[in-house]
Amino acid sequence: MIIAERKPMEEIMRMLAPYKKVLVAGCGTCVTVCWVGGEKEVAILASELKLARSAEGNEIVTLEATVERQCEREMVAEIKDKVAEVEAVLSLACGSGVQTMAEMFEDKPVFPAVNTTFIGMPEKEGLWVEMCGACGDCFLDRTGGICPVVRCAKGLLNGPCGGTRKGGKCEIDPEKDCAWVLIYRRLEKQGRLDLMRNYYPPKNYRAVKRPGKVQAAKA
Amino acid sequence: MAKPFREILKTKDFVVTAEAGPVKGSNVSKAIEHIELLKDKVDGLNVTDNQSSVMRYPSLGVCLLIKEHGGEPVLQVTCRDRNRLAIQADLLFAYSRGISNILCLTGDSIDVGDHKEAKQVFDLDSVQLIHLVHTMNSGKDMAGNELDGGIDFCIGTTATPSADPLEPQLIKVEKKLKAGVSFIQTQAVYELDELKRFTEFVRNIDGKVKILAGIVPVIGAKMAAYMNENVPGVFIPQHLIDELAQAPKGTGVAKGIEIAARMIKQIKEEKVCDGVHIMFIGREEKVPEILEAAGLS
Repeated sequence: MIIAERKPMEEIMRMLAPYKKVLVAGCGTCVTVCWVGGEKEVAILASELKLARSAEGNEIVTLEATVERQCEREMVAEIKDKVAEVEAVLSLACGSGVQTMAEMFEDKPVFPAVNTTFIGMPEKEGLWVEMCGACGDCFLDRTGGICPVVRCAKGLLNGPCGGTRKGGKCEIDPEKDCAWVLIYRRLEKQGRLDLMRNYYPPKNYRAVKRPGKVQAAKA
Repeated sequence: MAKPFREILKTKDFVVTAEAGPVKGSNVSKAIEHIELLKDKVDGLNVTDNQSSVMRYPSLGVCLLIKEHGGEPVLQVTCRDRNRLAIQADLLFAYSRGISNILCLTGDSIDVGDHKEAKQVFDLDSVQLIHLVHTMNSGKDMAGNELDGGIDFCIGTTATPSADPLEPQLIKVEKKLKAGVSFIQTQAVYELDELKRFTEFVRNIDGKVKILAGIVPVIGAKMAAYMNENVPGVFIPQHLIDELAQAPKGTGVAKGIEIAARMIKQIKEEKVCDGVHIMFIGREEKVPEILEAAGLS
């Protein structure tokens, strides 16, 4: 799923400074699961905003709404009446949700309340880690199901760099495992180390022409 | 004029190279000083490529200076700052100006340097870079287009004999050897046994490649601890840190030189590998003292 992090309050306050009435809009899918943009977080952020603005002597009125998926036009359309009442929208969805909202309500400024960070999974409660870089040219069949494109800090395809720390930790973070040491161990366990000995030529970094577009196969 | 490095590798029993780190700024007088001091004392002068991800005068620029002053440059090329177009263009330029030795490296992460918000490239990795140079040596670019005037680089690469775990590193070294390299300049080595183990591994795959052991003098126990923590691929053993800690105050540099020279002597006497690559970062002017202490001058 898509992982995001809340922006610092000061940044959100700066974005909303000119407005007196805003809609705080959540999304019920990825950002709900990663504790950053669901109904609960919408309520918390709306309260924080009101308190902070009140402390400045510059009251703000907030409406709240959370749709199931902010990246789908039909679902965003469900809150059009609330949007009509406000001067601006503060979206807690991923960048895709913010843009869908902005496109649907072109006459209203829509601001992001979160930074979309990566595609990942929960490692333990309250901690999410990156797993996929959406490169459009999946390499996982050659690496025991561990992605070197994003889990190696340098995205190397032919093995570890020379900077691996003692115990197989990453050059940039002693807490992080070297992806290539993980790949080595996984392939060794499966008796498939030959895969790691193969030479892999330079990757096609244009497999997805940005901005990406995928057309479903016709039934 | 210096002998071509390719010839040196074929003919000399014990090859010695040193590193000339580019300066931070456009004043190249210090670099020229180092070149003048070292060019006739070593067989090749490596020039680092934004070493430790710190922005500096380019490797290509210092290589040209070495050439102008009659030395033999080894152009270090990392994959961190340039994509495949930029690397190929640089190689054409370098070769057209008489630079014909290349050391292919991955490059440190942007995170260890002084421009931590930069976009890191890594369009290629070091194995792919070696293949790329071979492709261009054969007269074509990576896209298969003919080159009007090709290149002919003597290709080298790096390896980390002290890596832990070692096996994944060795698999990568094997790929580099199969891609084809004439020399390996290792990361800093402090334990002879590790170097022997590494050399044996390489020899079983490729009997011809020349192995130059990386020598990075350490001039104090604190510096050693700092390097272990912060310099990727460096592992200084505790017994050396203890030896440095026992050195009287003010004798750190001399002790560092003594330890480095001792290691070089052992490597040479026991014929552990084919030479050494001395990296005395920021103290290039001290390299001749190491050579002298090691009996190489």
